[in-house]
Amino acid sequence: MARPIDKQTTAKLEKLGEEAVRQVKRGINPFVQVPSRTLGNVRYNEKKKIIELGNDRQKRLFFNVAQAKKFMQTFLVGAACKDLIKSGKTTSIRDLYYLTKHTLGKTQQNTFEEQDESDPIIEDLEVTVDALREELHLFASNKGNLVGGITLVDSGDTIDARRMGSGGWGVPSIVEADTIQFKKCEAKFVLLVEKDAVFRRLNEDRFWKKHECILIHGGGQPPRGVRRLLHRFNQELKLPVYVLVDNDPWGFYIYSVIKQGSINLAYESMRMAVPSARFVGLSSFDKQKYGLPNNVTIRMTDDDDKRAKQMLGYPWFDKKQWRNEIEHMVKSGIKLEIEALSAMGISFITEEYLPRKLRDRDWLE
Amino acid sequence: MKKRHQTQGQLALLPKANESKPAVPKPVAHKLAAPPKAPPLEPGAAPSQPPRPKLARRATAEELGLKQREISISEFFTKNRHLLGFDNPSKALLTTVKEAVDNSLDACEEAGILPDIRVEIHELGGDRFKAAIEDNGPGIVKAQVPKVFGKLLYGSKFHRLKQSRGQQGIGISAAVMYGQLTTGKASLVTSKTGKGRPGHCFEIQLDTRKNAPNVLSDSEVELDKDHGTRVEIEMVANFVSGQRSLLRYLEQTALANPHASFTYVRPNQVPLTFPRASDLPPKEAVEIKPHPQGVELGALILMLDETKARWLSSFLSSEFSRVSPATASEICKAAGLKDTLSPGRLDRAQAEKLHQAIAAQKLMAPPLNCLSPIGDELMRKGLINFLAVTESPLDEEEELPLTAGPATPQPAPPVEKEEGVTAGEERIQGKAFFISTVTRPPKVYRGNPFQVEVGLAYGGDWPPDKTVELYRFANRVPLLFQRGACGLTESVVRTDWRNYLLSQPKGALPVGPMVLLVHIASVWVPFTSESKEAVAHYPEILKEVQLAAQECGRKLAAHIRKRQHADYEAKRRGIFELYIAEVAQSLNKLTGKAESPIRRDLLKLAASFTGQDSQGSDDETGEPETES
Repeated sequence: MARPIDKQTTAKLEKLGEEAVRQVKRGINPFVQVPSRTLGNVRYNEKKKIIELGNDRQKRLFFNVAQAKKFMQTFLVGAACKDLIKSGKTTSIRDLYYLTKHTLGKTQQNTFEEQDESDPIIEDLEVTVDALREELHLFASNKGNLVGGITLVDSGDTIDARRMGSGGWGVPSIVEADTIQFKKCEAKFVLLVEKDAVFRRLNEDRFWKKHECILIHGGGQPPRGVRRLLHRFNQELKLPVYVLVDNDPWGFYIYSVIKQGSINLAYESMRMAVPSARFVGLSSFDKQKYGLPNNVTIRMTDDDDKRAKQMLGYPWFDKKQWRNEIEHMVKSGIKLEIEALSAMGISFITEEYLPRKLRDRDWLE
Repeated sequence: MKKRHQTQGQLALLPKANESKPAVPKPVAHKLAAPPKAPPLEPGAAPSQPPRPKLARRATAEELGLKQREISISEFFTKNRHLLGFDNPSKALLTTVKEAVDNSLDACEEAGILPDIRVEIHELGGDRFKAAIEDNGPGIVKAQVPKVFGKLLYGSKFHRLKQSRGQQGIGISAAVMYGQLTTGKASLVTSKTGKGRPGHCFEIQLDTRKNAPNVLSDSEVELDKDHGTRVEIEMVANFVSGQRSLLRYLEQTALANPHASFTYVRPNQVPLTFPRASDLPPKEAVEIKPHPQGVELGALILMLDETKARWLSSFLSSEFSRVSPATASEICKAAGLKDTLSPGRLDRAQAEKLHQAIAAQKLMAPPLNCLSPIGDELMRKGLINFLAVTESPLDEEEELPLTAGPATPQPAPPVEKEEGVTAGEERIQGKAFFISTVTRPPKVYRGNPFQVEVGLAYGGDWPPDKTVELYRFANRVPLLFQRGACGLTESVVRTDWRNYLLSQPKGALPVGPMVLLVHIASVWVPFTSESKEAVAHYPEILKEVQLAAQECGRKLAAHIRKRQHADYEAKRRGIFELYIAEVAQSLNKLTGKAESPIRRDLLKLAASFTGQDSQGSDDETGEPETES
């Protein structure tokens, strides 16, 4: 318990427990107030251009059949985190799942059946006691890689991101300043691509070298580590962030999460969102613009259609350009993967598409 | 319906008719005597006439006339004994006991005695049995004993309107007759009418030709008890078990007569006792005069003949209920008959006019105080007693083996209410039952007052997937046969029990762990036949039964709902208790406070949050409350 932050976090967890004990003593139905992480309780802050968590809280009661298990799980995780902090160890959320999973009494029931059950409880705990995941000594599994013109220090090891081979440097889950320090930066901007395959293409073509940038991918929806790192690049190194995703509602939403934060982690938006992030592609109009053949398009599913229309309702998509973009997609009923550009040649993306986009400043904000 | 009245009328006329001329036998010869019709001639078929049965004259009217003679009622019933419930050996014992017990209960009730009835069945070897029924009733005076037991259609109950079990004066003499027919032996009757008086013992047979008793011996005997009657009848019979056994009959009789106690001595098994559930004798049923609108024309003519009233108007106001002298005059006026007409002088046409005028006249409903229902409270007591003594009424598989040793269930220990039983439930022999009873206000059908009662017992460990057990009673007598043909059954079937959370196949009795008791009390229960096994389908009666069943059903549904809720609360409590250990441990880790007091407090809270009436902010919709 060397660090002062650990003391604070421990105190927060203890307070949560003490409050519950007090309620039990007073003979009332014990509860925790969990800020709701739902669309209904997030606000788009026009000024800061990020999604913020509202003040709605859900009462999680113990003596309520529908909530009892979650109540129990919240305190189980809370107690486990306190133990972690006390022993000075940090563990993955998967580990924590196994750590807290056990069978209840003589039943067939477990405290947690799936990791899917424990992950949201951790997020609930984060918002409830107002402690970040890393402050609870937890991290998610690593996802996302990085290459490019930057040298950084990771837990004391110097990493030259230009010498990372074909796979790149794995972005850790926790990238706070006490773990990761930036040593030297030659890049002019950051390019986040949606998936690993595109990252490899661009890395092989040494795109980052030619265009002096940092290339990063998050394996689909980027994890917290990647988003936090983007935020730090943007804030501390003043690097503009460009985003290249599939032309479908899910791709658009990845951009949206990077730009203004997610609904689920709205409470972390201010440390993760990059409101100035730019969307370079793929645009719904690119097929026409770049003369892509018809056979590379994919028909939109009903889910896609629903999701797209749902996004039209988000205030942060309420801009003319974005409306055009989404409405065009819905109207045409087709979507495009980034890989569709390969129909024009394997390095079309490196040599034609991205340079032209950047040169023409053909992006959305 | 029509059939009943025919039969009733016929029986009413019989004893009188016996003295003058034969009434019952319909001369079969008349059919033959009818003039033969000439066969219709077919056109063009003249030469070859259709083959005509050759009708050789076999007997003359005079010859036939020689064979025509009176048939005694005894002879009639000897041949038609199925009408009286003696159709087969399996039913014989039951019918005998039933008739004797009916008489005993009626007699005790009229005398204001709490009945102690002893029923003995002795196996004599082969298919011979001896049935003995003994009561502590008022006894029968010496002169009447032979007629009561040795003459059909002799009794005290037929010529009056009063709620009683027996009605016609056939039953017990029929049993004597059946015994005599199958064994040739006389029946033994012992009776004593009071302390200090001698007991009399008769050997009685029935002269079926004359429908008269034949006393073989008559002696004075010493009896221990102050008063009472014992009858012993030997007969060929089958001792059966199961749903229609004597045991079931006695159980149900005890159920409907909670003021009586029964002892049942049975072959090869320990005697069984049904203790008295109540020391209150039932309210005595009052005898009433008939209501004019319930009287058929034929009966009216008979009454006109027999009345002692001199004027028509006084006949109406004295022989019937609800007819004041003023109303009587109105009726006479409406019929176009003089008030002062002598009743005996009316001819058939005038009588019919009178009948029509009565039907048209607005009259008050008959007096309803003549009925003696079991009553809500006693029905409940009866049911409790029944459940305590009964030997698994719903389990036909567990029928008692006839040759079993003495290891049979003993009468249950007295019922006691225990703590921790859900409200409205009774704990009987360690099993919880819900009991609900309803007594309807008296109503009238065809001028006859009647009253319906329904009671039910639900729960215990009865199988939930079997049809409910329906016990039908008429004037406290269980009806064991012809369930399907009975109006009481139909009413229960017609009731939609699904409204009351029981399942019910279409057009059938409901399914569930339940015993349903339906009782009709009336001065004249409309049976479908003389064996008194099924109640006729009068809409007024069906409706009343249905209303009572519905009322009971509503109470049952409330109970089932309450129990479901309790089950649900217990389930909830189980969930909470499962998590409490975890929560207490976590809170201990988080706060350093001792685990066991936290756990204890939580358990206490769990109990209060899942109590009988779950109050509190705890909504169960699963939607968490949201505060802004």
